[in-house]
Amino acid sequence: MPLVKLNTPGGLTAPVADWPLLAEDAYVPPTGPVLVPLATWLAGRDTLKDRPDTGVWLAAGDDATALGDDLPAVVAIRFAAFTDGRGYSQARLLRERLGFTGELRAVGDVLVDQARFLTRSGFDAFQVAEGSDLVHFEAALGRFSVVYQAAADRATPVVALRHPSYWSAAE
Amino acid sequence: MYQYDTFDHQLLADRVAEFSDQVDRRLTGALTEDQFRPLRLMNGLYLEMHAYMLRVAIPYGVLSSRQLRGLAAVARTWDKGYGHFTTRQNIQFNWPRLTDVPAILQALADVEMHAIQTSGACIRNVTIDPFAGVAGDEIADPRPWAEIIRQWSTLHPEFTFLPRKFKIAISGAIEDRAAVRFHDIGLRVIRNDAGDLGFRVWVGGGLGRTPRVARELRPFLPAAQILGYLEAALRVYNLHGRRDNKYKARIKILVDEIGIDAYRDQVEAEWHAAGGPALVVPEAEIARVADFFAVPDYVTLPDATVELARWRGADSGFDAWMGTNILTHRAPGYAAVTVSLKPVGGIPGDITADQMDAMADLADRYSLGELRATKEQNLVLPNVRQDQLHALWSALRSLGLETANKGRVTDIISCPGQDYCSLANARSIPMAQEISRRFADRRRLDTLGPITLNVSGCINACGHHHVGNIGLLGVDKRGAEAYQLVLGGDAGEADSSIAQITGRAMTAEEAVDAVEVTAAVYLDRRQDAETFIQTFRRIGVTPFKEAIDAAR
Repeated sequence: MPLVKLNTPGGLTAPVADWPLLAEDAYVPPTGPVLVPLATWLAGRDTLKDRPDTGVWLAAGDDATALGDDLPAVVAIRFAAFTDGRGYSQARLLRERLGFTGELRAVGDVLVDQARFLTRSGFDAFQVAEGSDLVHFEAALGRFSVVYQAAADRATPVVALRHPSYWSAAE
Repeated sequence: MYQYDTFDHQLLADRVAEFSDQVDRRLTGALTEDQFRPLRLMNGLYLEMHAYMLRVAIPYGVLSSRQLRGLAAVARTWDKGYGHFTTRQNIQFNWPRLTDVPAILQALADVEMHAIQTSGACIRNVTIDPFAGVAGDEIADPRPWAEIIRQWSTLHPEFTFLPRKFKIAISGAIEDRAAVRFHDIGLRVIRNDAGDLGFRVWVGGGLGRTPRVARELRPFLPAAQILGYLEAALRVYNLHGRRDNKYKARIKILVDEIGIDAYRDQVEAEWHAAGGPALVVPEAEIARVADFFAVPDYVTLPDATVELARWRGADSGFDAWMGTNILTHRAPGYAAVTVSLKPVGGIPGDITADQMDAMADLADRYSLGELRATKEQNLVLPNVRQDQLHALWSALRSLGLETANKGRVTDIISCPGQDYCSLANARSIPMAQEISRRFADRRRLDTLGPITLNVSGCINACGHHHVGNIGLLGVDKRGAEAYQLVLGGDAGEADSSIAQITGRAMTAEEAVDAVEVTAAVYLDRRQDAETFIQTFRRIGVTPFKEAIDAAR
């Protein structure tokens, strides 16, 4: 399935080819692009981290913080079902706890109407169905101008807009 | 009460536009029902037995007269002229058409209301003591904190697909009227020895098929740190709560399985890693929100002792109502009044559009324009002058809303049951109606004194039968509806207990008879001024079981 990426705020790039997810214990090809499972990455990090076209994919039950300080350029979080919301916490941990600045992809069963929650949690690339209408996706991204919470996207929460002096002092 | 600023209004406007677009896509077929389902559920729209049902949030049960008129207009314009107050301080409309729902949400937004997160595996409407801010036994007002938590939880990006729904309750008084130990997280507003405001935090309470009394997570959390702490508690649950079985997905099961100590360790570790005590709600925001809940300008009044005594002596109906439906107010000369939505033989929690409008007028005339919805499915007029109580009661009587039964056995809490709900095994409403008729006699109600009676149509326990002093649970017995009688539940924090099963499931008629037998055993065995629950605790379930069996 193709991948679209955040472009300008509220906009998306044209679809590009996504990277395949390698299964657990599968042979790691000598070149990418490829996304390897967490365990594979942790076992072979010393060689894999120098490959620019090799990233990691996380299953819902994986501990995102296990990636530690030595982070890949690309991480994909796989949603086996859109109702499994663990990926949102994993994404925020990656961005806010580990300081991950690379590309964070939402892959698998990604619900277009959740777009805003995904970007707020730190995702900036999304797997979409072949031939899907990106108009709805972009509409969903731009839907809410107000946020009540600080999250991984650094959108300014309402509380900071209400009390600008407090917020600038705290920053 | 809280009033929206431009940001709050903008968020609701965006939300209405979003859902209108989603409904359009559903109607054109661009979305299948499977795709639409999670979207409508995030807006409180269920598909029930006969029709859609829209559940509207009444944030922490606080309602202005203007909002109640708004709800009346919804009932009249888009429903069948009535609404149903729920056990979570919300209101449900049972007959909206899908095509009308965007217009309903717009009408609600106009009065600062919405249906956001009244359903789905997300943080639901926060519930509190319906007498917050006015109760004589209050330590600190939970309303500002409920509003702060409401905003934080609204469209929280991380917590819209939790393992299961998540309910938070807050109580700030000596008596717990919010059932804090039967919520996923229960908060008690308290002051520590230094006089600082904070929360006692409970976790893992709940009803449903696995009833649990919540366990203590933290004896004291400084109040301003609440959002950071809740975020940590929710994150641990989101990552580690079970998702393989929806009946084991609530946080109570996680706490059962790993233990309260392990859960606490994980929450504390997560909280500290995220910033811990440094994550605070800004002082200025706490002050801004608290301002909306400042003590109103009460008139300086003496208690109306003489007039009340005279009216009570002259009118037995008023006397009975004063005996049950009044709570001591913090301000001298005032009273907090419960308006019972449990008339004899009525449907618990139902109210017509005309009654809503009339109640809004009464709130304006007698209660500073404010009302509360209670988890007992009644309404409260929180700020009534004692010297106007008789006038208020007379007005209520002309509306059929003067039932004097708050806290009595006919103040029945009931889920909608099989008349509406697609999950139910049995009907709840006719059961509640029949019990209400059987115990209607004034003297009988007074003799029995305080008793809670709860009816659930299935094991999901929306009627909270587990915490009823007397509870009835609808079950399916070889294709026929049947009822199990449970006894001894108590929702209050101090004496939280889960009701015990008395025996086999019965027919509806036998079940009502068993309630009669239960009442008779209590009257026979009580000592001095014992209440039902006190007698039950002393003698246990066995004498009740034996009497019920003997009567069958």
